[in-house]
Amino acid sequence: MAELTYREAVAAGIAQEMRRDPTLVMLGEDVAAAGGVFKTTVGLLEEFGPGRVRDTPISEQAILGAAMGASMTGVPVIAEIMFSDFLAVCWDMVANEIAKSRYMTDGQVNFPLVIRTANGGGVRFGAQHSQSVENWAMMIPGLKVVAPSTPIDVVGLMAAAIRDPDPVVFFEHKALLAVKGEVPDGEVVDRLGEARVVRQGTDATVVALALMVPRALEAAERLADEGISVEVIDLRSLVPLDTATVLDSVERTSRLFTVEENPRLCGWGAEVVSIIDEEAFWSLDGPSIRITTPHIPLPAAAALEDLAIPSADRIYETIAKAIDTRGGG
Amino acid sequence: MPTDPRLDYALREPRPPQPVDESLADAGIPTQVRLGMYRKLHELNGFGKRAHDLFLQNLVKGTTHLSLGMEAVATGFGAAMRPDDYTFATYRGHAHALARGMDLGEGLAELLGRGNGVVGGKGGSMHLTDVSKGMMGSYAIIGAHLCVANGAAWSAQMRGTDQVAVCFFGDGTTNIGAFHEALNFAVIWSLPVVFVCENNLYMEYTPIDVVTAVPRPAADRAPAYGLPSIQIDGNDPDAVYLTASDALATARAGGGPSLIEAVTYRSGGHSRADPGKYRPPAEVEAWKAREPIPMYHRRLLSIGTPEETLTGIAREVAEAIDAATDFAKAGPLPREDSLLTEVYADGGSRWRN
Repeated sequence: MAELTYREAVAAGIAQEMRRDPTLVMLGEDVAAAGGVFKTTVGLLEEFGPGRVRDTPISEQAILGAAMGASMTGVPVIAEIMFSDFLAVCWDMVANEIAKSRYMTDGQVNFPLVIRTANGGGVRFGAQHSQSVENWAMMIPGLKVVAPSTPIDVVGLMAAAIRDPDPVVFFEHKALLAVKGEVPDGEVVDRLGEARVVRQGTDATVVALALMVPRALEAAERLADEGISVEVIDLRSLVPLDTATVLDSVERTSRLFTVEENPRLCGWGAEVVSIIDEEAFWSLDGPSIRITTPHIPLPAAAALEDLAIPSADRIYETIAKAIDTRGGG
Repeated sequence: MPTDPRLDYALREPRPPQPVDESLADAGIPTQVRLGMYRKLHELNGFGKRAHDLFLQNLVKGTTHLSLGMEAVATGFGAAMRPDDYTFATYRGHAHALARGMDLGEGLAELLGRGNGVVGGKGGSMHLTDVSKGMMGSYAIIGAHLCVANGAAWSAQMRGTDQVAVCFFGDGTTNIGAFHEALNFAVIWSLPVVFVCENNLYMEYTPIDVVTAVPRPAADRAPAYGLPSIQIDGNDPDAVYLTASDALATARAGGGPSLIEAVTYRSGGHSRADPGKYRPPAEVEAWKAREPIPMYHRRLLSIGTPEETLTGIAREVAEAIDAATDFAKAGPLPREDSLLTEVYADGGSRWRN
């Protein structure tokens, strides 16, 4: 057992898989000699050499094109897009080429590739380096979408994403990079499409992702002091989506809250709420409530950004108010 | 009627083809190779004409982009490539798929939206793919597939297979960012990839020179990436074959990428909806007289091929196209349950439990 930061876990997960599979390669801007601008790939060049860990030009389409072409001809690839905002520069590759080519060719090709990218806000970078764009990826048929919240999940889900024969967009949260956690020795391999109940409770289900998970947990602790027992689910993966875990929880707690960092419209929580509405409506004691970033570009100033992204305070207050109202006191 | 060529491109000066380089008759290309190319020219041409006929019968829906008149580029490369080399083509990809050996019937069936189509009716005219023949896909959004071809070339380089990726695209592609990203990337990694610009003088409905900073859209960009400028007669299968052979050999030997501009002309419009009225009539006529099949027929006669051999090949191909048409028309519609298959590698489309 070792204590790793989320940042170190990224490199640990990649290294574990590159040791296992000598054909696995990685490319991206500043990923090799510099060890990544977020230092998430430190040590990989030294261990695996310049043939397998390669620096690229600032050419996001070329990066993902290389990853696509190599993966469809038998070489599994990890490609880094430095900031998830930059996915917009190469969205044709992601949405039109990588995601659709398996279907368009009636299954003639597979794309064992992982697109890693630094996602999310809370680091005062402003509107073009802070977005949570997991919902962009979620809405494209053909992609799988993963967003871990802890170091152990970074390692295990990275391994699962790399071993998966489909393209996986792997969102690493910038505000979690310094978070520490225990990671067992030896091989760590998780499964895509399994949510985790990270706190058990009986009065409400809170579904969260990535940075919103620790915030939801903090809110749940404070709600417990008020006598409100909150179950917190870390969704971990948006595609495949573990609806069974959420349905099971809501059927027990009878209330659903989602906590989303993405801007409001078409956030992943809307899909979760709609599924619960269709399939567990009669279990609900009140309306499902989405706690999200407002539908705005993110501001840079700390005071403003902190108002925008759901905080533990906002989660606490929203749930306390809703639960309070339900019973009339 | 407008008289200003800026208002009507058909009033511009015609851009005629270059004269045939008759010396290529003595280029030392084996006769068997040439007869194979002659057959392929007929297949590509016959397939395109049949696709057009099937449109007129309202049997092909959607759109299609024919390569009539442009058959020599796909043919010359197809003859020069190794069976395990990779082809990446555009939405105008019928010729490139056929040049690698896609079945004529499976190709026509795909255009007809049948279940016996080469991609089961899921791709259609713009996405013909036959990986078993090294035809790695037809990509319908300009630019991306140059980057994808790099990836296949990188993979071949890492696996040490000496395979080469060949990527075909039009003149219009030279003005999108992915073209420039792909060229720079291929050069810095010395990838075994050959980029082939089929310059048919028009990006869709607009003359390419009106929208391009340099006269030769690909060849004049090559030096910016440290590559030689190569512009060839794209209507001469021998010229294409020789240039392709050189570029493939260079790539196989570790010499890195090439960029080849093959000048050609499409006999028809950009797509089904386009009669091509923006082109000067004299230009269309001049290029019609330079279509690959009659020129190559003359060349083969000039080197002593019997006329009967050539007419025999043309007849066999015509029969094969008829048989392929029957195969396509007799094909079943795609099974309804195929709608939800092959999104993910488990063969399905399931996104939740």
